[in-house]
Amino acid sequence: MSTVRYTKDHEWVRVEGDTVVVGITDYAQTQLGDVVYVELPEVGRRVQKGKEAAVVESVKAASEVFAPISGEVVAVNAELSGEPGRVNSDPMGQGWFMKLRIANPKEMDELMDETAYNGFVEGLH
Amino acid sequence: MSEWSQAVGAFGRQAAAAETISGNRGLMIEEPLLFERDQPGRSGVDLPAAPPVADRLGGLRRGGRIGLPGLSEPQVVRHFTRLSQKNYAIDTGLYPLGSCTMKHNPRLNEKLARLPGFADLHPLQPISTVQGALELIDTLAHWLKVLTGMPAVALSPAAGAHGELCGMMCIRAALDARGERRTRVLVPESAHGTNPATAAACGFTVDAIPANDRGRVDLAALKAKLGADVAAIMLTNPNTCGLFEDEISAIAEAVHEAGAYFYCDGANFNAIVGRVRPADLGIDCMHINLHKTFSTPHGGGGPGAGPVVLAQSLAAFAPLPWLVHDQKGFRLVEQAEGAAAQALGRLKGNHGQMGMFVRALAYMMSHGSDGLRQVSGDAVLNANYLLAELGGDLTASFPGPCMHEVLFDDRFLEGTGVTTLDFAKALIDEGYHSMTMYFPLVVHGALLMEPTETEPKEGLDRFIAVVKGLAQRAKAGDAAAFRAAPRFTPRRRLDETAAARKPVLRWRPGEAGREAAE
Amino acid sequence: MRYLPLTDTDRAAMLAAIGADSVEALFGDVPRSARLERPVDLPRAMGELEVERALARMAAKNMAAGAAASFLGAGVYRHHVPAAVDHLIQRGEFLTSYTPYQPEVSQGTLQALFEFQTQVALITGMEVANASMYDGATSCAEAVMMANRVTRRHKAILAGDLHPHYRETTTTHARFAGFEVVARDPDPAAHDDLAPLVDGDTACVVVQNPGFFGHVRDFSALAEACHRAGALLVVIVTEAVSLGLVKPPGEMGADIVAAEGQSVGNPLTFGGPHVGLFATRDKFVRQMPGRLAGQTVDVEGRRGWVLTLSTREQHIRREKATSNICTNSGLCALAFTIHMALLGDAGFTRLAELNHAHAVMLAERLAAVPGVAVLNDTFFNEFALRLKRPAAAVVEALAQRGVLAGVPASRFWPGRKDMADVLIVAATETNTEEDMATFAQSLREVLR
Repeated sequence: MSTVRYTKDHEWVRVEGDTVVVGITDYAQTQLGDVVYVELPEVGRRVQKGKEAAVVESVKAASEVFAPISGEVVAVNAELSGEPGRVNSDPMGQGWFMKLRIANPKEMDELMDETAYNGFVEGLH
Repeated sequence: MSEWSQAVGAFGRQAAAAETISGNRGLMIEEPLLFERDQPGRSGVDLPAAPPVADRLGGLRRGGRIGLPGLSEPQVVRHFTRLSQKNYAIDTGLYPLGSCTMKHNPRLNEKLARLPGFADLHPLQPISTVQGALELIDTLAHWLKVLTGMPAVALSPAAGAHGELCGMMCIRAALDARGERRTRVLVPESAHGTNPATAAACGFTVDAIPANDRGRVDLAALKAKLGADVAAIMLTNPNTCGLFEDEISAIAEAVHEAGAYFYCDGANFNAIVGRVRPADLGIDCMHINLHKTFSTPHGGGGPGAGPVVLAQSLAAFAPLPWLVHDQKGFRLVEQAEGAAAQALGRLKGNHGQMGMFVRALAYMMSHGSDGLRQVSGDAVLNANYLLAELGGDLTASFPGPCMHEVLFDDRFLEGTGVTTLDFAKALIDEGYHSMTMYFPLVVHGALLMEPTETEPKEGLDRFIAVVKGLAQRAKAGDAAAFRAAPRFTPRRRLDETAAARKPVLRWRPGEAGREAAE
Repeated sequence: MRYLPLTDTDRAAMLAAIGADSVEALFGDVPRSARLERPVDLPRAMGELEVERALARMAAKNMAAGAAASFLGAGVYRHHVPAAVDHLIQRGEFLTSYTPYQPEVSQGTLQALFEFQTQVALITGMEVANASMYDGATSCAEAVMMANRVTRRHKAILAGDLHPHYRETTTTHARFAGFEVVARDPDPAAHDDLAPLVDGDTACVVVQNPGFFGHVRDFSALAEACHRAGALLVVIVTEAVSLGLVKPPGEMGADIVAAEGQSVGNPLTFGGPHVGLFATRDKFVRQMPGRLAGQTVDVEGRRGWVLTLSTREQHIRREKATSNICTNSGLCALAFTIHMALLGDAGFTRLAELNHAHAVMLAERLAAVPGVAVLNDTFFNEFALRLKRPAAAVVEALAQRGVLAGVPASRFWPGRKDMADVLIVAATETNTEEDMATFAQSLREVLR
């Protein structure tokens, strides 16, 4: 069973040991268009579920990326500064944004699983 | 081969490989950057040698080359002439950009702005030597006050956004003087981005008001959002959908009852100038874009001017300097004391955009009160004509009548594979600048057109025929042709992603001949 | 009416197509009580001849700087603009074009902006520059706000000899945007050491070079002090021509340069429109306000330019924008670009040398007048005098003799006794030896 969860704002969260990895979904990157820049939080910063954690910019838009879950930033994807296009080409893998040490694992249960998220996206059209 | 020729060759050769030797296409000349030049040491200005003196620079003389290329006057004139030929302009043709009011820029205004008695005046000369300049500014102020019905005007803001800042700062100053700390500003979803940016710059938080299905501000939603913490509403009227806010009096009443101020974004004043006085609609302040309604030229991105008319409740807070006219003549109040004790400080250097004041006043005097009435009438007539003639082939977002601009959306392109962007680029190939795209955000794939009153009917008819033709082509399934547009312009679609990912914002030595996409 | 092409025949045909009875019927959404029945109480339409007459009459009431021996500076400088500049900026494709949002048909504007940005970076010694601001004073305020964003601090220290208009504009913004300004006292002769004031709360220190009273200084040590404390150094330049001769801020360690470009390509125009210059380091580029022209290629691989990094701006970030600026000073920036293109290194340097030489000569002449003391050891083309009588009255008296003698400091500090006798004097390449002799002689007479 996949340990990836999704938010209504099109962020994904994947458990990796005692940290989680956060990024934006394929649907989000197609909506944004070519990503030109990602503004990532500083390592050590505390982010709160539902509050802005990062900003992703395309040519014509800047979108907030909300923390899907509360925690402390333990790593950010430094590759994105030179290669922001990875968010488009591999949003679930090399296009990851940040890793968090989470405060409350129960917050994961409040998020959608893959089936629910896919259903949610279909409902948007 | 010289750096110059190499640069032209490298960039020209690619596209023109099959066409011309030079890379030029008739009057479309491939023109390198100034810096890709042949020889240093030249200058296009003859200056005498400086008389030898013992310098007083404190040992801080600049060493080394600066890097500015040396060119003769013929080369510089050719360079910029060639550049100009790659630009579309109002002088070229219709520029139907919504809310920009791209009307004809009268040349008389240019002549008068250049009179030495205006152009060759230093702002800090003794006041006794500039009475005519102050008289001109005072006359302009009078025209603005009479046209808007407002008792006071702040003239220094340098652009519309600057005027918005001025107006919102006056509102905050007025609230501070009342001892009230109100932090919220209500802004319609359809507002221009400068509105929320301005509110934030003044320390307010922004709360968006939804539109109703008639494209106007939802009055009930607005009333629900009003409260003791609301400082102001920022409203554009006519709004960015090209519609008159017909509930504006009720809006003004509700806003004032809640103790808040009514800021009006005057970008669309062209629709009502000479026919409606914003004061009669209940506003407290409004900026006016002299470079829109009053014809001062857009210049490829400015300069503009954004004077702000103010109600009595805000007049005391107008920024310095104030222009005063008494028995002694005209003078400037440059310190916040006496009657100006509560004035906002300065918003910029010196007194305001005098060059734009001269042009705007010449425009106003040329039209007169009767001509200005005709301006708004013809502007609204032209836009409604577009709505009537194009409403069948395009999808109008709202039923008419509209004001000076008309809003369509991309429903007519559904299923064609052609986007609003593609449609606009195809229009460019037809010899027009595109209309405003994707704004306002309240409809999908917006196409906002403002023809202005200076567009002749013959011009509109030709435009209508072309737009109809394009709509038909889109529906006939020729999406690939649209995506390839524009094909006949000095440059085709440009890679904006690459420009933003790896910004190259200046020339650096050693760049000649290298492609940008490295 | 000469600017309105629609005829009554046109209007009738259009109304028929629309299905409306009259133009008035199209204004049905306007509340009846707000509809004006008649034109407002202002003069009726006038032909060109009449408009020209009316405005020429106003113009004639002014003393043009060129009609006098003119030595005014204080942030606005009278330079000779080559004839080609004004001709080129009046080409309709430059004058009447819009912001280059459709780059395919705006390559002229975009390439010229790219050239402008390069010129500004070169003369200031910085890495990157934007496509202009309204003027030097607003550029200064924006520089401070940018420093706040970069350092996440909220205190700006302003040098005492920062141009008062720049200080006031910055202070106005501070009041509403919620940051603190520490404005040092002006002193026409002293050297205020700002380094000890820089602490962990300081976002930036703002200095001007040459200073408001003309002094030329090296701010390298101050830059280091700022950087040690995590603060930025903002350097203001009000006389762009000084950069032809004086060590530029970029070589002194400046982080942001905010300047006035009017001196190059743009006449006095009674204070506006002018053109703000803004330059910084590459690492700060995403925090920079204003528009930016960037290089790229089109689908055929040909080099071209576009507006870029737009996500900083108001039309996208809205309330999170780096600034609310939209229209800036495009045509004035173009005039700057053309004039600078005509000058080149050789011309720009020579122009600056001429300015300095004239100022040195003038200072010598004026120092020889009894009752006049030159306060500066160093200057570029502007310096401060202390007179034995209040400067404002002296200036009025000299104006009557056809000499525009400079700007009295009391214009900016009317309440201060220590400023009452201070006069700020500038000399440019437009001043002749005869002008200078007339000035010195008239001053001698007025002070007798």
